[in-house]
Amino acid sequence: MNNLVVLPIIIPLITGLVLAIFNRQIRLHRLLSLLATLSISVVAILLMNQVAIDGPQILQLGNWEAPFGISLVADMLSAILVLTTGIVVSCCLLYAFASIGRERELKYFYPLVLFLLTGVNGSFLTGDIFNLFVCFEVMLVASYVLISLGGTKLQLRESFKYILVNLISSFLFLVSIAYLYGMLGSLNMAHLSARVAEAGQVGLLIPVSILFLIVFSIKAGLLLFYWLPGSYSAPPAVIGAIFAALLTKVGAYAIIRIFSLIFYHDPQITHSLIGILAGISMLLGAIGAVAYWDIKRILTYNVIISIGLILAGFASFNQIGLTGSVYYIVHDMLVKALIFLAGGTVIYVTGTSKIREISGLIQLHPQLGWMFFIGTLSLAGIPPLSGFVGKVLITGGTFQADYFWLGGIGLLTSLMALYSLMKIFMNCFWGNTELTPEMEKGSTRGLLFPIGILAALTFLLGLGAEGIYQYVELAAKGLLDPGIYIGAVLGSNPIP
Amino acid sequence: MKKSNDVILRTVAKVASVIIFTFAINLFFSGHHNPGGGFIGGLAFAAGLTLLFLSYDIASVYNNSMLDFKVLGAVGVLIAVLTGVAAMVLGKSFLTHNVARINLPLFGATQLATSVIFDIGVALAVIGTAVTIIMSIGNDRQ
Repeated sequence: MNNLVVLPIIIPLITGLVLAIFNRQIRLHRLLSLLATLSISVVAILLMNQVAIDGPQILQLGNWEAPFGISLVADMLSAILVLTTGIVVSCCLLYAFASIGRERELKYFYPLVLFLLTGVNGSFLTGDIFNLFVCFEVMLVASYVLISLGGTKLQLRESFKYILVNLISSFLFLVSIAYLYGMLGSLNMAHLSARVAEAGQVGLLIPVSILFLIVFSIKAGLLLFYWLPGSYSAPPAVIGAIFAALLTKVGAYAIIRIFSLIFYHDPQITHSLIGILAGISMLLGAIGAVAYWDIKRILTYNVIISIGLILAGFASFNQIGLTGSVYYIVHDMLVKALIFLAGGTVIYVTGTSKIREISGLIQLHPQLGWMFFIGTLSLAGIPPLSGFVGKVLITGGTFQADYFWLGGIGLLTSLMALYSLMKIFMNCFWGNTELTPEMEKGSTRGLLFPIGILAALTFLLGLGAEGIYQYVELAAKGLLDPGIYIGAVLGSNPIP
Repeated sequence: MKKSNDVILRTVAKVASVIIFTFAINLFFSGHHNPGGGFIGGLAFAAGLTLLFLSYDIASVYNNSMLDFKVLGAVGVLIAVLTGVAAMVLGKSFLTHNVARINLPLFGATQLATSVIFDIGVALAVIGTAVTIIMSIGNDRQ
């Protein structure tokens, strides 16, 4: 029993509720929400160290023993992701203070972000598949409101599509949980894993596993991503950044968790399918990123490329590939937030997102330009930035698993992603300075600091890769050996 | 606007809503061992409020109750979560509940469970949410 595990879920929940009660005190909102996200990061660091020493940390809610009650499980992967989430959302909140505007703040912006965080952390930490569904819904309901908050025409149009797509995938999610429960009689993920190992992953379990894959592919934007570019570019930059950094990663996390803990017996079918999906979505995402001349579109298509890359590492399903995947998720959460915020600042300053209409910003905003450049290089995987380590490991993993084509696509699309972002950089920051400070639509005051933190973090993550490597490696080991997870959850109880 | 003739509806609603509220509280307390509990009790209570909204109007009910139902919902969830936190403070797992049998005057041997506090939170959350939804749909025309 370790009550620390529940704190990343209830800290944002309680803070959000208190803020919803005092809904006119914007200063209080800013202070408490930042405090909440920072304390989540602290709790996550404590958890990481405990997991490194004692193995996965478990909390049985209400003291009900494992397969009967709901378990919360913090293994290394969960703890790392919760930590990254805390840091990224802290930076996004700092950015929101200066940019989101009083109207949205009064309409419960900060409580909504905190509820979103409740759902995200809940999804990372839960050890119960129905609870995973509930946490997904908490996250999605908060995101429905955030995407339409402000009520501009574009936002309303895109939120309608977003809600429809997510309702359908949630429905399929529920159906697949019902099938699984009907066949195996349990909802506890560790218990499910033990039962699948006992019964063998045969017969109807294979279509059910594919159904889970479809559901999470919709949520993660893996191949079934057609809703994503529109939805993520509709809301203000900071909301887009939170979505791009967190929401698709939760879907990717769910795929990684389900297919490493429960359905890992038949990688010929499931994992090679994930590999194919990852390859196609990397290619399609890269084509989209290269084709468009609009900052928001290019950035959202880059989200799809990185989801493909993360799951390409997972599909290889060996120590190197998985280590790369985990490392790349952390890197991608930081860098996606970085380039979304930097790109959003460009749009905020110039008032347009079409890169052909912008030029020469480097004269007026040198810091912004160079930070965007750092983000670009990091995303492309130039050493010593953080993307390099992840890409090397993922490519190594796919080569080791004989998926040479997958590694090849990963490298090719990295180049295309680099081209698409350099296109933004060269068009917007180079050239003649047409804009004068008086013509700017908004000032960058307060916006550069959070971007700077994220840029520094991607440096640190790249240079200090040695330091966090042991944690990431431990996370990958946990994924390869489900016995660790099962043993921690079910303890010494005989498996019923 | 023409003043509507709804004397019968209003008279019945006054009596009926009291009955519905009583029934809702009865439903709330019969939970745990019998059908009922915070969620259903809260929904029944919200149904009674909806009847008042229909027969009178939103403004007069709102002015009489002096409650912000959004805040009520938030307070409800907060109570529910804090019962879980209380267990944590006492060194138990989050959400652990306890029960005691106490002889109360008038009621006799009564089972007092901490999960009732959790359920009160659930009921308030359901009332707050349901009424907020109904009011925001009802306010659409303005």
